[in-house]
Parts: sequence; structure tokens; C-alpha cells
Amino acid sequence: MFHSLEEIKTRCVEDNKSFYEVIALEDAKEQNCSLSEHFSHMKYFYGAMKDSDLQYQANLKSHSGLVGTEAEKVRKRRTENGLLCGEFTGLVMEKALRVSESNACMKRIVAAPTAGSCGVVPATLVSFQETYNTSEARMVEALYVAAGIGGVIASRATLSGAEGGCQAEIGSASAMAAGALVYLMGGDANQIIHGAAIALKGLLGLACDPVAGLVEVPCVKRNVIGAINAVSSADLAMSGVFSRIPPDEVIDAMKNIGRSMSPAIRETGAGGLAATPTGRKIAAKLI
Amino acid sequence: MNLFDVIGPIMVGPSSSHTAGAVKIGNVCAKLLNEKIARADIFLHGSFLATGKGHGTDKALVAGLMGMKVDDPDIPHSFEIAKEQDFHYSFQGIDLGDAHPNSVKITLEGISGKHLDVVACSVGGGRITVCEIDGLSANFSGDYPTLIVHNIDQPGHVAEVTSLLQHKSVNIATMQLYRSGRGGNAVMVLELDQELPRESIGWLEHLEGVVKVTYYSPMEEV
Repeated sequence: MFHSLEEIKTRCVEDNKSFYEVIALEDAKEQNCSLSEHFSHMKYFYGAMKDSDLQYQANLKSHSGLVGTEAEKVRKRRTENGLLCGEFTGLVMEKALRVSESNACMKRIVAAPTAGSCGVVPATLVSFQETYNTSEARMVEALYVAAGIGGVIASRATLSGAEGGCQAEIGSASAMAAGALVYLMGGDANQIIHGAAIALKGLLGLACDPVAGLVEVPCVKRNVIGAINAVSSADLAMSGVFSRIPPDEVIDAMKNIGRSMSPAIRETGAGGLAATPTGRKIAAKLI
Repeated sequence: MNLFDVIGPIMVGPSSSHTAGAVKIGNVCAKLLNEKIARADIFLHGSFLATGKGHGTDKALVAGLMGMKVDDPDIPHSFEIAKEQDFHYSFQGIDLGDAHPNSVKITLEGISGKHLDVVACSVGGGRITVCEIDGLSANFSGDYPTLIVHNIDQPGHVAEVTSLLQHKSVNIATMQLYRSGRGGNAVMVLELDQELPRESIGWLEHLEGVVKVTYYSPMEEV
């Protein structure tokens, strides 16, 4: 695992390897397995991500009844060409809901990096593949890029909402997805890490304030914003827009913000939306 | 930690830290006890206490103690299954002070009367850290075969353990030493790259000055 995005970028240049190769080779070495073994394992995870999208049941609600059935509403509006945000972004939005609603309904998902943020990476990657008919191998490579970025965030900061708030979960997922999208669009290592940095910057300070402590409100809809933010950040990076603050420093800022957050907005269900009159009412009803 | 801790685990929702991490903690504790559990007393701290019910943390811990894996579809039904299997457990709140917000203390009693106290925390993405065993510090992830030796703090015990590992061609990934005070209780925690045969653990247990030997294998079933 790498401790720095700059280090991955440097290795790409020095070793004349792609972003995906640098990450995959390093982890295969650490796990003492061949690259092809490692790759087929990652392919299995990408398959599980696609399954987590396919298994969606339009009529299913979570145990609390707070979430479920919303992705289907978006699908209807999208197929009627009613969405302002356009075809691709609409598809991303719908898939983010499909996967995260399935998670809330205790279905099998791939934590990426966490279960609460499990909709972001599949929403962006699977939508890209469906739209551009990208090969499975290329998609798995993009998943490596996402994993490598997440690994650096885990190493420098945290991926846990209880430690760093929602910025550590949806923010990290968004950064991972943004980097993967840049890779898929043919961006270089510098564009990949800046796409990730722009995505993370946009979500810095995001509180983890789940109503009744459940991974439902606002988590499910935050998967949408994480996924859409990844799309715009990737487009920015591909347009040649860069983060003024270097990517590794953005991650360090996320860590510091997490440390200064009150425990009330770090997954305790005590502050933010959870502490609103309606949030409390819902919690009281459920307990 | 590796890439499949970032992308992964494949798990039953809703929370990687509060559901999957809790299953894994239960699983590691059951393996550390290494005999059928007669009774489990579970003490929830911090966010585990505050939001554990909503995330199914309680069900996940019991599921893990019964040997279920993080993607087992039966996790939501672990209480009913525990009842059928006559598996006894209790839940209480606890303040573990400065511990990680997602921490739990689990006290296990085996059918032979064997006793084990574990403090563990779920650090995000389904990964865990075992922080304490029987009141002494420990620090391991449950991703490697792990050997924990409690001994009297006196010269030679580290050499005995490492010689055994050399003899069995087992490589050490990480190694930590802790003690309560000079000449008091000490513990060494070794994460290993290969599995250690069970008979080696029996051999260590019989050494003078060794109080207790605990072994965790990520591969073995509970």
C-alpha cells in the first residue's frame, strides 16, 4: 500500500508503468501472489459490484421503512428524458441509489471503501461501462486505481465515519471514483490524483449524522452526491483544471478536519440531521 | 492492510464498521478461545453503544461468535439461531475511556471453564484491531496467523518463542512486547506469515514462566 499519491505518480513515471500497474504490482508483491491471480481476484470484486446493482428490487424497503423504492422513481424519470442532468449523470444517480438502497435492505454489497458509501464506485464505473461498452479488463484496471487512491487515504487519514465523519466515507469514495473515471477517460497520473483531490475537497467537512444511527438517512442520498461529484471532478481534471492544494495535503486536511469534528457528528447519531426534531422523532419511533 | 480491505469486503449491509467489523470481531474472539463458547458477555462502548442496535452490531457480534462470515445471509437472524443452539449471551454498555469509538469488550467462557477477555475495535471498512487480551495490551488485525504469549517478565522467553518459529520455518510479520512492569506480567504478540502447528502451541504452554498461550488462525473454522 502506498502512503502518498505523489509517490504513485512518481513511480508511474520512473517505472514507465500505468497507474493501475503500479498499484497492482505493489499489492501483488505484498500478498506474495502473481499479478494474474491478483487481477482475477479484483475481477471477482468488480463482478460483485455489478451484482449489487443488478439485485435491486424496486419494491423493497429497509427494515425501518425509511429508504427503498427511490431508484425506481429516478429510472422512470430518466427513461422519460425528464432529467435535467442528462443521460449519463442520470444513470449514475440511479445506480448510486440502487446499490445503497440494497445495502440498507441488508443485501450483499461490496464495501468501497465502506458499506455506507458502497453506491459511489459502482454507480460511476458500471454506468461508464454500460455507456461506453468498455471491456471488463479495463474496468478492473479502473477499480485498481480506485483502490489505490483509497489505500493512500486509509494510510494518511481514515475511511471510518466514526473517526472522520462522512467526508471519510463518501468523500473518500468520491475521490476513488473520480480517479478511476479519469483513468478510464485516458488521463495521466497527475490528472488522476488531481481528479481525486478535487472530489475530496468538495466534500471536506461533511458530517456523519445518520438519523436513528441507521445507514439510511442521509447516507443513501449522499451516495448520489458522492457519485455526481466524482463525475464533475473527473471532467474538471480532464479539462486541465488542477487542485491548488496538492492531493496528499488535501487528504491530510481531511484527517485534521475529522479530528476537530465533534463526536456528535461522527456516527454517534447525536448531532446534525439526527438531532433535528424530525430526526429525533423518527429515532424515538424506531426504538 | 491490502487493496481488498479498501475495495471490500463483500458483505451483508448495512455498515462495514458496525456490521461486518462486528462479525469479524466476534469471529476472532471465538477463534482465540479455541473451544465451544458456553457464555459470552458483550460490553459496547462509544458509537457501538450509541448506534449499534440500528446497525445490527449486536446481531453481528453474536453471528461472529457463532462462526458466521461477513457475507452470511443469516446474520440478521443470529439471535434466533443462538436460541436454537442454546448459545448464551448478554449485552451491556461500558465506558472504555480513550478507546476507539467503535470498541467492544467481550468476556468469553468456554465449556471447559476456559476464560478470555478481549477488547477490540472496528477501525473502518470492515477492518478490526484487537487491542487487549486478558487485560494486557495487544495490537493485531486478525488478518495474519497470530501468536500471543503471556509470560512472566524474565530473560529468555522471546528467544524461546522465536527459536521455535525458526525451527518450524515460520516467518514473523510483526512483533510486539508489552509488560505490566519489570518482572511482572508480560505479553508478546507475533503476527506470522505462515500457520503455526497446534502442537507447537502445546509445547510453548509447558515452558516454565509461560502463563498462557493464545493462537489465532484466520484460516481455521470456529
